Order: sequence, then structure tokens, then C-alpha cells
Amino acid sequence: MSKLVLRRIDRNNEEMLVNFGPQHPSTHGVLNFLVETDGEVMRRAVPDIGYLHRSLEKIGEIVGYPGYMPYTDRIDYLAAMFANEGYAIAVEKLIKVEVPKRAQYLRAISCELNRIASHLVSIGTMATDIGAVTPLVYALREREAINDLIEALCGARLTYNYHRIGGVAFDMPEGWRDKVLAFLDRFDSLLQEWDRLITWNEIYLKRLGGVAVITREQAIDYGLVGPNLRGSGVDWDVRRDMPYGAYPDFKFDVPIGRGWAGTVGDAFDRYYVRVLEMAQSSRIARQALEHMPEGEYMAKVPRKIKPEAAEVMSRVESARGEMAYYLVSDGTERAYRVRARTGSFLAMGIIEDISSGLMIADLIALIASLDVVAPETDR
Amino acid sequence: MTTNEIHERLKAHFGDAVGPLSEPKVDPFVVVKGDRIVEACRWLKETPGVELDFCEDLTAVDWPKRNAIEVVYHLFSYKHRHGIVLKVEADRAQPAVPSVEGVWKAANWMEREVFDLFGVVFKGHPDLRRVMLPDDWVGHPLRKDYQEAGGFHGIPNLRENPLVELRRLDEVRLAEEAKRNPPPPPPPAPPKAPAAPAAAGPGGAPPAPSTPPAPPKA
Repeated sequence: MSKLVLRRIDRNNEEMLVNFGPQHPSTHGVLNFLVETDGEVMRRAVPDIGYLHRSLEKIGEIVGYPGYMPYTDRIDYLAAMFANEGYAIAVEKLIKVEVPKRAQYLRAISCELNRIASHLVSIGTMATDIGAVTPLVYALREREAINDLIEALCGARLTYNYHRIGGVAFDMPEGWRDKVLAFLDRFDSLLQEWDRLITWNEIYLKRLGGVAVITREQAIDYGLVGPNLRGSGVDWDVRRDMPYGAYPDFKFDVPIGRGWAGTVGDAFDRYYVRVLEMAQSSRIARQALEHMPEGEYMAKVPRKIKPEAAEVMSRVESARGEMAYYLVSDGTERAYRVRARTGSFLAMGIIEDISSGLMIADLIALIASLDVVAPETDR
Repeated sequence: MTTNEIHERLKAHFGDAVGPLSEPKVDPFVVVKGDRIVEACRWLKETPGVELDFCEDLTAVDWPKRNAIEVVYHLFSYKHRHGIVLKVEADRAQPAVPSVEGVWKAANWMEREVFDLFGVVFKGHPDLRRVMLPDDWVGHPLRKDYQEAGGFHGIPNLRENPLVELRRLDEVRLAEEAKRNPPPPPPPAPPKAPAAPAAAGPGGAPPAPSTPPAPPKA
């Protein structure tokens, strides 16, 4: 419980202080909101996080550079590939290793598949939170197929630990390429099914349209990233604008919020940007598979990683937006400081200010549309 | 604009409060005097042509050898696609830095995080509470000299090796089984030497002293 100074509750009015979470199913993990309400309307909702704090940044100072890779999985377990990749890129920048082309392509494919899986969870649970239970089953069905594919690639279904400093852990297995292409063919038609199933549903539109609007200026000011930023109409994608890895080789669009259900930057825009992004991810994965270069999948990396004293920032476009690693090295075999800048943490920061004046039921739409994942906020 | 140009303009405007651009080993940075950081940030955000509107990251690094905590600001501009890294050094004993929450709202939570994990006090922050850890937590874990307090409200942070507990349970179970099914009375056999280990050679090596297995290292 925090030292938060709460407003005095006026009992003559219909003011109440409600604890939302930490075990509420629509908080997507373990987090707590202190909601000051006046009837059905919130005065404000104050997030109280930290339930999943595992001191991952401190661990990074204790284990060596290669040893930290499995821990990065735990930063965001719905999109572990990105955490892997960001960390790998940061260390590669430090020790100046060039990643082979094939490894970059494998990274791109694994990341895009992971992005689809993560967005499927996001939009599926969002529909459930709003009250439509069926779509989640469809979303998880497809995610299951992706999990199978990724399991065939790296042996794990959730915490992949697939990327390595200097490349990836395994080449793709035989026949995997065709399996992924078959999946992508099926998936593209699923997206249309998805639109028919839920996106343009009248109730869904009314429930999300114009709710919890985050303007373009607010989104930038509060440091939102990724689909939340693009949902507010900011045309920015790290993959396109600060390209890393194999992304300069691919053609893809960056969907931004258009106010499909009323206002630019409302909950529906953030939702639909994710749906459109999945189509683009599928496109990128397809291109990468079709032009997969031959060659090594792992660079020659010294056994002892001992970079000179320097500091470096790496950025990747994770499923929850820009994920940045800030590494400080002091010339030893262990990082002096590892910092993971994650999208969910700052998305939590905006909730307190956006929530004022919303209905309690819309708080759930707000949390779901920001795609906040508790392990990523708490690290 | 390149980082160098931003730095030159910043230096021209703030003079001595802005240090030189670090020798770019990988990513360069600029050290700014703590009492001018808010002005510098506001200038960087509002000057046309610079407009660093995105506070990408705000974190800290602890340097006990230099007796300093560095607060690191990663700033970026969506409009012009350039950025710069600022650093402010604070005294380790009483770290205090003015808050840039008024410049970028994003700094609010990131400053709370730095306050929580490093103990840097951000002057002028509207809501400086711990964010990750409970309010009555002692110490700031990301400092290099942080010592774990050995538990929190009676919850220990250390536990013995689980194998020790499993072995103890095994012994309890065996003892109970032995109690339930007492061993059959020994057959009336002629007394012989205690069962020597099978490895004992025919030469009649003295039986090895039965030492209990060494407990596993916790």
C-alpha cells in the first residue's frame, strides 16, 4: 500500500474508494488501482504497481553478458523475442559484432511471429474484458499455432531465449519454412474473419469509440510508444524510422489511428492499429521467408565478452512499442548497469491522468487498449 | 541536426553549465550542471529546430568510486529525428536533482522509479513516491552498495537449499515406514562381520567409516 494522499471522501455524495485488483482478471497480471469514484464515474484511478518486481535490472549487473539472455525473456513474457533481440543488439553494439544476414532474417521472422502472438492475446483479452468472450478462443487458437511454430524453431513456447549475442541459437528446422508459410496463408484470411467476428460489431464500436481519448500531444508528452502512440496518430515505427537488423530489406506499412470509431486516439484506434499491424507482421515474415539468405546463423563471438568501458542504447520495436536497452560497461565481464525501458511502464503512467471522468467500466477498456502487461511494468 | 550541432547550440546558450560532448566510444553524452537541467530541458524542448519532444528514457547509474549518481536523460525529437543524451551528476550521500516532470510528463514515473531504486530526490516532483517497492522498504536496491535487509516483515529473502528439506522429509518418511512395518526379526544366522561395502576387496580391507553424506552447499 502506498503513501498516496487520497482525497477526502465525501460520504454525503456517492463518493467511494474502490480497490480494483490486484486479483482482478482484467488487470492483465497483478496490479492494483485505487479508484476514487463518484457513483459510476471515476474521479481518478491511481495505479499501484510493483507486485511483479523481480529486480531484473539488478540481476543484469550480477550475471555476465551472455548469461542475462534468459532473464530478458522474463521482462515481457508475452513478447520475449523482442526483449531478447534488444539486449542482443545492445551487446553487439558494445562489442562491435556484425550479425550474419541469415540470423537477422531469422530474428525478424521470430519477432514478427511473436508480435502476432502477442497482439492476439492483447486483442483477444480486450474483447473478453469488454464482454465478448468468444473472440478470445479464436485468438488463442491462432496463437497456439504460432507457439507450435516457435517451439519447433527454438524449443520453447513462452520464454524463448532464442536470440544470442551475435545471432540466433538455432537455424530453422527442415520443413519449417513451408509450415510458416501455410500458417500465414491461413492467418491472413483469419484477420478478415476477425473483422467480421468482432471489430465492426456495433456494440464493440460503441463501447470503444471515443473512449479514453489520448491526443497526439499527450501521447508524445507521456512517452507512449508503439501501437499506443500510433493509435494517437503519430506516424512513428522504430522498424521503419530507425531501422535495425533486416528491416530495411522489407516493405511494410505502418498503420496509424484514423479515428475509425469517432475520435483519433480512442481505445478503438489503439485496438485496430494492432489488428492492422498483425497483417503487416505477416507480410514481413512472408518476405523474410521468401528471401531467406544462406549462410551462417551465428557470428564469431569471443567466448569471453569483455567490452571496453562505454555506454550504449539499443532500440527495437516490441509488440508493446519501443523497447530500449541502456547498457553501461566498465570494461569487465559483467555489465555495470542494465536498463530496460519498456512501453507498459509509461503506459501505466498515463492512466491516472486519463482516467478522470471515465466510467468505471471504461477503465477496463483503457487498460486493455493500452495493452499493459504487468511483468513489463514491474520488471 | 546531428548530436554535435544540438550540443553546440546548447553550449552557446548555457555556457559553462553544459559540459563537452563525451568522446564517442559508442553513444556520446553531455554532462549538464544539476541546477540548470530544467532550463536546459525546457530549452531543448521548445527551441524551434531542436524540439526534443520525447523523453525517451530517464534513469540513473551509481558510481561509488566517484561518489556520484548520474541521472541519464535520453531525449529525442519525433519531428526532426535527432536526439541527445544528457547527464546530471548528483552527490551520492544526498542525491537531489530538479525534476523535469514539468517539461515532459513521461518523466513523472521514470523519476519515481529512479527515486525508488536509487534514492535520488527529484525536487519539485508532484508525487514522489516509491513505485516498484513498498513504501517502508529500506534502502535503494540498484545502488552498488545495497545490502539486503534479510527479509521484509517476517518474509525471509533467503531459504535453504530445497534438497535439504527433501532429504529431511525422506528421513521422516522412512522412519514412519519403519514404524508401520517393523522389520522382521533377524534370522538366526551365525554372527558375522557387519556388511562391508561391496567395493571392499577380498583382502579384508577395514570397513570404511560410515560418514553421512555431506550436506549440499546452500
